[in-house]
Amino acid sequence: MAILVYAEHDNASLKKATLNTIAAAKQMGDDIHVLVAGSGNQAAADEAAKAAGVSKVLLADNAAYEHQMAENIALLVADVAGDYSHIIAPATTTGKNFMPRVAALLDVSMISEITAVIDAQTFERPIYAGNATATVKTTEDKVVLTVRTTAFDPVAAEGGSASVETLDNIQDSGKASFVNEEMAKSDRPELTSASIVVSGGRALGNGENFTKYIDPLADKLGAAVGASRAAVDAGYVPNDMQVGQTGKIVAPDLYIAVGISGAIQHLAGMKDSKVIVAINNDPESPIASIADYFLEADLFDALPELTSKI
Amino acid sequence: MKALVAVKRVIDYNVKVRVKADSSGVDLSNTKMSINPFDEIAVEEAVRLKEAGVIDEIIVASIGPKESQEQIRAALALGADRGIVVVSDNKPYPLQVAKILKSIAEQESADIILLGKQAIDDDNNQTGQMLAALMGIGQGTFASEVKVEGDKVNVTREVDGGFQTVALSLPAVITTDLRLNEPRYAKLPNIMKAKKKQLDEKTPADFGVDMTSKQEIIKVVPPAERKAGIKVGSIDELVDKLRNEAKVI
Repeated sequence: MAILVYAEHDNASLKKATLNTIAAAKQMGDDIHVLVAGSGNQAAADEAAKAAGVSKVLLADNAAYEHQMAENIALLVADVAGDYSHIIAPATTTGKNFMPRVAALLDVSMISEITAVIDAQTFERPIYAGNATATVKTTEDKVVLTVRTTAFDPVAAEGGSASVETLDNIQDSGKASFVNEEMAKSDRPELTSASIVVSGGRALGNGENFTKYIDPLADKLGAAVGASRAAVDAGYVPNDMQVGQTGKIVAPDLYIAVGISGAIQHLAGMKDSKVIVAINNDPESPIASIADYFLEADLFDALPELTSKI
Repeated sequence: MKALVAVKRVIDYNVKVRVKADSSGVDLSNTKMSINPFDEIAVEEAVRLKEAGVIDEIIVASIGPKESQEQIRAALALGADRGIVVVSDNKPYPLQVAKILKSIAEQESADIILLGKQAIDDDNNQTGQMLAALMGIGQGTFASEVKVEGDKVNVTREVDGGFQTVALSLPAVITTDLRLNEPRYAKLPNIMKAKKKQLDEKTPADFGVDMTSKQEIIKVVPPAERKAGIKVGSIDELVDKLRNEAKVI
């Protein structure tokens, strides 16, 4: 049976997380279909059809799906689930929101945030904030799971030529409605897909210092800016910049942690980065134990110098 | 209105986790156990709704080992009214927990059902959503603000990229994110009073739920160790290492 991948998109274009998820799906089977549910989302569906390894795209275009409300999306996915052995979504806030609903509607257990595929029924996933790795096996008829996108290299965005089939399945639960949203604006690369991330912690002292010390370095490196929970809670930066177990999970090539002590909650969000640099004035801080390069320095001296020398 | 709050007994978040040598799981013997931190936020939110006159009664339920009573007592000390412990020898998986909570929510006619967004042991982030699906009601996950207005509740959710607000018909399920509130500490007199509050003991069979799961954890191992790093003495050395050794800039 085929595998269904739920596409992450903003109606206008496909998010890269979808390509990582397709890559994970390819380790479970060959026939991969992508469901693009939204409103006015033809462009995103066309993009999905070009992704390498996709054999069919299902397009559900209706106002009921515009904001990807879990109540409606779950009904839609559960409705088309009959044809599929695996139903897979990226472990974004959207995927985490509706996929357990799908599993419950199908009366099957679900596996969250897999980081490796052992076989089509067996997967690895982190537990205890990444302090242990569990191998999980399921004998459910349908495998419902979400994928930690940073653990899988994306498939090529071009090269595929899948057919696009339009679904006229409209599901509106009537139990929930969208009121509004408030998105943080950023010109920088997206945190979860950036190849370099510069993160600041409480030691920055205030929001202006993020702008003054972290941003120039990030701009020079073409990096995304992240933050520890302490910096977010102190109000220095908005919460969508938070890296950690309760924020975003990142695994860039280079992660630069500035003034971050390295609580396990934070480490769970970034310890799979390829190279970790920590700049901190406390050599005993936990971040020092996982950093590839640790510089003991006052960040207010070190950052301008680092920025000027890169 | 009635609130049902689900709490889970988990390893205290400050404890450094040790994986058992036989890879069968995490060593929980002689380990400090607590209410899952997200569930504590759920209890706090219910208590605040009660203080605001929105909620009349708060019921706390926990599914797990008998010792989960301790976590229910802790929630009662924070202001919940009575507890239900559902004792299960099997490891509680989200789908089975959701089925039990559905029965309790329906028996109690709960209007607002609060859970943490995830438990810090299994990191699943599933139970609230599954419960809402089984009950066929709306869900407000990763909530950072909850406002009850008549027979609706507006929930502001933390999503990738910012915040989203949804309006849900009651009854509804809400799962809490860290920013929703700052839980209070239990005062000693309240801890004493909590010992006298009603706490019923049930089993999954009372709700007709079979706790066996088609999902199984085959092994648990420590994560791959990172190789030891080095201390650099200057910015110049750091830039040189990043350029020529790690080759990441």
